[in-house]
Amino acid sequence: MSQSLLELRNVSMSFGGMRVNDDISFSIGKGERVALIGPNGAGKTTLVNVISGDLTPSQGAVHLAGVDVTALPISDRVDAGLIRTFQITRLFKSLTVAQNVALAVMQRKGLTRNIFSSPMDRPDVRREWERALGTLGIAHLADRQVSQLAYGQQRLLDLAIGLALEPKVLLLDEPAAGVPSEESSKIIEAIDRLPSDIAVLMIEHDMDLVFRFARRVLVLANGKLIFQGDPAEVTHHQEVRRAYLGSYADARHAS
Amino acid sequence: MTDRAMVDGMSPPRFFVPLELRAVAITLALGALGYTLFPDDLAFLTRLISITLLVLSLDLVTGYCGVATLGHAAIYGVSAYVVGNACLAGHSDPLLLLLVGAVAGAVMGLVSGLLVTRFKGLPQLVLSIAVGQLIAALANKLSSLTGGSDGLSGISPGRIFGVYAFDMYGRTGYVFSVAVLMVVFVVLLRIVHSPFGLLCQAIKDDSLRARMIGARVYPRLVLMYGVSGVVGGIGGALNAINTGVVGLDSVGFERSAEALVMLVLGGAGSLWGALIGSIVFQVFEHYVSAANPFHWMTMVGALLIAVVLFAPKGLVSLGGLLAGRTASVLRRRP
Ligand SMILES: Nc1ncnc2c1ncn2[C@@H]1O[C@H](COP(=O)(O)OP(=O)(O)OP(=O)(O)O)[C@@H](O)[C@H]1O
Ligand SMILES: [Mg+2]
Repeated sequence: MSQSLLELRNVSMSFGGMRVNDDISFSIGKGERVALIGPNGAGKTTLVNVISGDLTPSQGAVHLAGVDVTALPISDRVDAGLIRTFQITRLFKSLTVAQNVALAVMQRKGLTRNIFSSPMDRPDVRREWERALGTLGIAHLADRQVSQLAYGQQRLLDLAIGLALEPKVLLLDEPAAGVPSEESSKIIEAIDRLPSDIAVLMIEHDMDLVFRFARRVLVLANGKLIFQGDPAEVTHHQEVRRAYLGSYADARHAS
Repeated sequence: MTDRAMVDGMSPPRFFVPLELRAVAITLALGALGYTLFPDDLAFLTRLISITLLVLSLDLVTGYCGVATLGHAAIYGVSAYVVGNACLAGHSDPLLLLLVGAVAGAVMGLVSGLLVTRFKGLPQLVLSIAVGQLIAALANKLSSLTGGSDGLSGISPGRIFGVYAFDMYGRTGYVFSVAVLMVVFVVLLRIVHSPFGLLCQAIKDDSLRARMIGARVYPRLVLMYGVSGVVGGIGGALNAINTGVVGLDSVGFERSAEALVMLVLGGAGSLWGALIGSIVFQVFEHYVSAANPFHWMTMVGALLIAVVLFAPKGLVSLGGLLAGRTASVLRRRP
């Protein structure tokens, strides 16, 4: 068993009386590629919100590299290398594409305290944002305003910001959803080329992508973790088929 | 196509130094223009500059950080009172008084920031008004420090550098004010283009996203409030130094609201917008209120509605459009 980077211990999250995450425990080790799947409204995004610190769980604990971070603010988790992207893109709309990524780089390097210098000129910062944009094939858009980008390009930028933060644990919330195929192949390539030692948890509906990416699959339904294990087994699991895979599993078996 | 690419290739930061030089040139030109247009009304111009500093100060928190506030005059007014008292206590060196104003403004800004940026949206707005009203009420009550409704008067600053006395025509005061505005403006240009300034804009755009890149939002906002306090404090100090009196109006709600109107008129989120807005509003007010003392507010209202309808991002967006056109026309020529 590799060293656990992210560990959830009996995490529950309720809104009002509704339990959206129910007693969830799992752990992800260094270099692991894990997919989190489940029907709409299963609580996947909520779980990412809990892990990233946007929500405080009603019960349970989140551990990062062995440290309990449940009570820590978002920024401390980011400093520790816990990075996420968003299901619906969130970007800095009044900044340029380059500035969006450069800001992430500068924040990571502790340069945003600097109130009196020109930010983009530093060669080390520049090299990094150029590389992150290059990885996703949007370097030519560097000086565009975010509001001028197509949605697919915005998704690429969202991921570029994540990469620029040099994650140790990366949470991807449906990175390829709503993205035209040309851009989604860029996203898939970028995910394939992530540093091999980081832990990645990806929420994804596209099962082909899940099978290609994941060594382990977690299935969430009605807030409960109903399966965790080998991707090859997931299609045979009765409850999972009933709750989620349905026709996909049948199609796979037929072929 | 190539033309377009060229424009895209020119991100502002790479033109950083020229940008500052341009700011120096423009503020000096505006100063000279004002002097030529209103040679007999320098008192109006110095007042205009002092209010412009308040609007710039407001722009830092509202335009750059997205903080909703209608209590910003508290910073301006308290600094003016502190400077007035310092001068009456015998510390009459204008540069020292400026420093006193800046420090008082910084303290006021940090305190307001600590309170106001804890909240968002309407609660934030209401809290800012409450802070403003509290300060205004205190200014009224503490008449030993403020002169109450009579105002604090008899403030007479000494010579600048021990040489240039404030004359009755207000020439010294005007030159002094233009110089202060120029320095503040250039420093602010640097600050809003710094990593810290960019981060503030990012927080305004989406504070959760900013947190998710690791930003500590609250301390950053409070810091920007402190910077804003310094600028507003310098504005208040100029007011006290130039007019020799500080009245209750300088802390009042109306001053705050008017500053916000000027900012929106010029364009929030741009220092040029703050500058243009406060100049246009006050010159307009100056002329129109003299020509028609009863209906000038109506006309100001009409102007505002027109701007909001036709240039919702403020007058500066029109300027940007114009500059862009001119630049591309110039570039097309060999
Ligand atoms: N802040 C909130 N307050 C109240 N209810 C919420 C909140 N966030 C999510 N929910 C509810 O929790 C449930 C799970 O939502 P969540 O977004 O986590 O699902 P999901 O698995 O990500 O779905 P999808 O595949 O559609 O993205 C939904 O019923 C949703 O309405
Ligand atoms: Mg979701």
